[in-house]
Amino acid sequence: MTYVVKPKFHHPELPKNDLGYTHRDYEGKISTLCAGCGHDSITGAIIEACFKLAIEPHRVAKISGIGCSSKTPDYFLGNSHGFNSVHGRMPSVLTGANLANRDLIYLGVSGDGDSASIGFGQFAHSIRRGVNMTYIVENNGVYGLTKGQFSATADRGSKSKRGVTNTDSAIDLVGIALQLGASFVARSFSGDKTQLVPIIEAAIKHNGASFIDVISPCVAFNNHTGSTKSFDYVREHNEAVNRLDVITGRAPITVDYAPGTVQVVEQHDGTKLALRKVDADYDVHDRLAAMAFLQKHAAKGQVVTGLLYVDADAEDLHAHLNTVAAPLNTLGEKELCPGTAALEKINAALR
Amino acid sequence: MPTPRPISSVNDFVVRFANVNGSGSASANELFARSILRMGVPVSPRNIFPSNIQGLPTWYEVRVSEAGHLGARGGIDMMVAMNPQTWDKDVASIEPGGYLLYDSTKPMPKSKFRDDITVIGVPLTAITNSTYTDPRQRQLFKNIIYLGALSALLDIDPKVIEQLIGEQYKGKEKLLSSNVHALHLGRDYALQNLKCPIGLRLQKADKVGDRIFIEGNSAAALGAVYGGATVCAWYPITPSSSLADAFTGHCKRLRHDPETKKAKYAIVQGEDELASIGIVIGAGWNGARAFTATSGPGISLMQEFIGLSYFAEIPAVIMDVQRAGPSTGMPTRTQQCDIISAAYASHGDTKHVLLFPEDPAEAFEMAAQAFDLADRLQTAIFLMLDLDIGMNHRLCRPLKWDDAKQYDRGKIMTAEMLDDGRDFGRYLDVDGDGIPFRTYPGTHPTKGSFFTRGTSRDRYARYTEEGPAYQDNMQRLLRKFETAKDLVPRPLQANAAKPTKYGVIYFGSTAPAMDEAIGMLESRGHQLDRLRLRAFPFHSSVPSFIAEHDFVYVVEQNRDSQLRSLIVNELSIDPVRLVPIVHYDGTPITARFIAKAIGDHLDQLKVTPLRKVVS
Repeated sequence: MTYVVKPKFHHPELPKNDLGYTHRDYEGKISTLCAGCGHDSITGAIIEACFKLAIEPHRVAKISGIGCSSKTPDYFLGNSHGFNSVHGRMPSVLTGANLANRDLIYLGVSGDGDSASIGFGQFAHSIRRGVNMTYIVENNGVYGLTKGQFSATADRGSKSKRGVTNTDSAIDLVGIALQLGASFVARSFSGDKTQLVPIIEAAIKHNGASFIDVISPCVAFNNHTGSTKSFDYVREHNEAVNRLDVITGRAPITVDYAPGTVQVVEQHDGTKLALRKVDADYDVHDRLAAMAFLQKHAAKGQVVTGLLYVDADAEDLHAHLNTVAAPLNTLGEKELCPGTAALEKINAALR
Repeated sequence: MPTPRPISSVNDFVVRFANVNGSGSASANELFARSILRMGVPVSPRNIFPSNIQGLPTWYEVRVSEAGHLGARGGIDMMVAMNPQTWDKDVASIEPGGYLLYDSTKPMPKSKFRDDITVIGVPLTAITNSTYTDPRQRQLFKNIIYLGALSALLDIDPKVIEQLIGEQYKGKEKLLSSNVHALHLGRDYALQNLKCPIGLRLQKADKVGDRIFIEGNSAAALGAVYGGATVCAWYPITPSSSLADAFTGHCKRLRHDPETKKAKYAIVQGEDELASIGIVIGAGWNGARAFTATSGPGISLMQEFIGLSYFAEIPAVIMDVQRAGPSTGMPTRTQQCDIISAAYASHGDTKHVLLFPEDPAEAFEMAAQAFDLADRLQTAIFLMLDLDIGMNHRLCRPLKWDDAKQYDRGKIMTAEMLDDGRDFGRYLDVDGDGIPFRTYPGTHPTKGSFFTRGTSRDRYARYTEEGPAYQDNMQRLLRKFETAKDLVPRPLQANAAKPTKYGVIYFGSTAPAMDEAIGMLESRGHQLDRLRLRAFPFHSSVPSFIAEHDFVYVVEQNRDSQLRSLIVNELSIDPVRLVPIVHYDGTPITARFIAKAIGDHLDQLKVTPLRKVVS
């Protein structure tokens, strides 16, 4: 439906954020995905999160691979540069972009085919390098653009629309991300905006590799009985460990919580994450416990959601590489070229 | 058969060292080559090494040539045979009248030697064992002891070697004096027990001048530093790993902020070649100068991304240190075998710019230039090195840089230009050269952003699957490739002393052997005009050169005469007019090989036609 042009007019009293931008300033082109696609809800959540954080849209770089999910960066932040790269390779392209300019916000959008199959290696290595990014997998357990093949996140025993039962075991990207050392790991559901929006906000504010697995039902190929990624199934088996409020800037925490049910996490840039615990025993700082918790609930057929792990003091790849504060793409001859005097010395040492 | 006279030659011979990999011979052998250079006599050393860390045979060949021939010569005048595994083959490979230096500690049957060579025994193990007790010391100093013996046998000035050792172990007095001691152990033995010098000997000359001695991989890495590369992503693969290592070393010395000590570069060892080129493309998209170093198999793995660089028009520099392949073994041998796979890399209609340096000096210049070309042309640029240039020390002119030079960042649309109302179409050809403007991500709050895709877009980067829009874009990409012809380094032509109907085209590491072969061919009465190609796409002087000659030899180091195919294909040349001369056994091409192949072909042409003889 690319011929449909999105109208530019909007209600004059749309709320504005600190930058004076409305929601509309964070939108992109009209979606070409199927009506009701979970991915469009995630697009909406990204728009909402960026609006709430009052991010300048052009300071975000949106990078994706190939697939339905990877098309979505065209549908939000129309004033940002976007890159629809090659299948499964978003992580490497994002890593390179991040190395070139550490000052932008990097949003990597991928799917389960893109990240758990063809790009599993790149997913893993970008996480273990600690690239400062928000890595969102729009996870529907199925290949949409090629019409309904199982992906590697499809649960063993789940049924395809054509009635085929999946016999391979599923890859849980959240479990893998925890093991690989991601410093921010969350899972959410495209149908649960109140949970998803603050998770995206917190991930963007996180310094380091943030990974969010968003279960996002495919209305065309994976929303039937027997699927474990359908709206009904996920709603019934969703086990939220917490609910998040993100408090940025100097604003004090004013939310009134029952004592003992709130855990406050202060991130590197001063952002406070107020976690309203649903499960009183869940500690977001304990990587090992998080892994065990996930496994235990997965065995019971439950999908654990919420902020599962955060290391608020994480360092990113630039810290590991000890790079200069100025973005590398701003350096010119003066900073980069050692010049003839140095070359003369090098020549002399080679005689 | 009469016994040949021992070869007698001053400043013109080939010595080959047969060693065991991992025995520490490399530094002694390099010291040998450097000491000759310090005497003012040009040398060209070559490593012939296995895919192995310890135990397999390795050779180091030093060609000494006062005349300055730097290509491999072929033939061995003296063998320093230190590896029992390869003894028979090594002894057999010595030229009649040549010399064999061996460890005579243990007696060997006469059948293991030859009558037509001069056999020189030095009890290296005995000398070593009587002096040193530590096994590692025994192994290392044995190498220095044979170097000492060679200095006496070949008349190398020991002061020169001592000075080199002094430079190497500056500040490490103990190592310095023990190395000098070992050197004299060998030298004294030879002087007291052997006839010194032998027929091969050195004499001080003044033929090195201000030239430097450097490996091509190191020079190319330095070119990347000077050319402003800030991002390097790579995956280990022989023979390119030393390029990334060298870049790391150069950056550590030259690219840290003097005050903050922070790095003005980022180097990532990728998980594979796909990630490496992905990182390069991401960085290039975002306005940094980025490169990867790889070899043929890496190029194969990078194909999809290279196509993306072509279609999405993203600058990238790929340094391909070519070798035979795939798998293990031949990959430690040299070839020029990635010409076609690099020129047409990827799916769909693609063509890429290739640069062909002949030696480290050109590798330095072209590496730096590659970043300008990548930014100007917004596409992948290949620097086509090979193992022969990349992993061997080569004598070459000093590296030069012009401090007034500014990087050409290409067509970048800035926030100011956008505010001035300039029309920005990411794929819009504004001035006919086929090159559009680009914006860096984050340039402007409301103008100049675009969504980068492969092919499905119009001139303003809007998504479309319309055929005419696709064709329009593909035609512009062809115009851009035309533009490249005048931006890349031009071919260099050298005409024969006398007018001739025949020409030869060659490129890259073939250059020194080709230059030497010209002299050999002249002495056989054959004249050839030469054209050394330095880049693809081909400049207009290439078809002119071919048109001016009856036929042209194309000399290259691969089986399928890949450059010739590229010329035939791109310039629509009748294949009959291009005679392939190919060398592809993994050893560097030699002047002897070229002169014989071309000379024999030309001799055949001179045969009087049969009809004339009959009539």
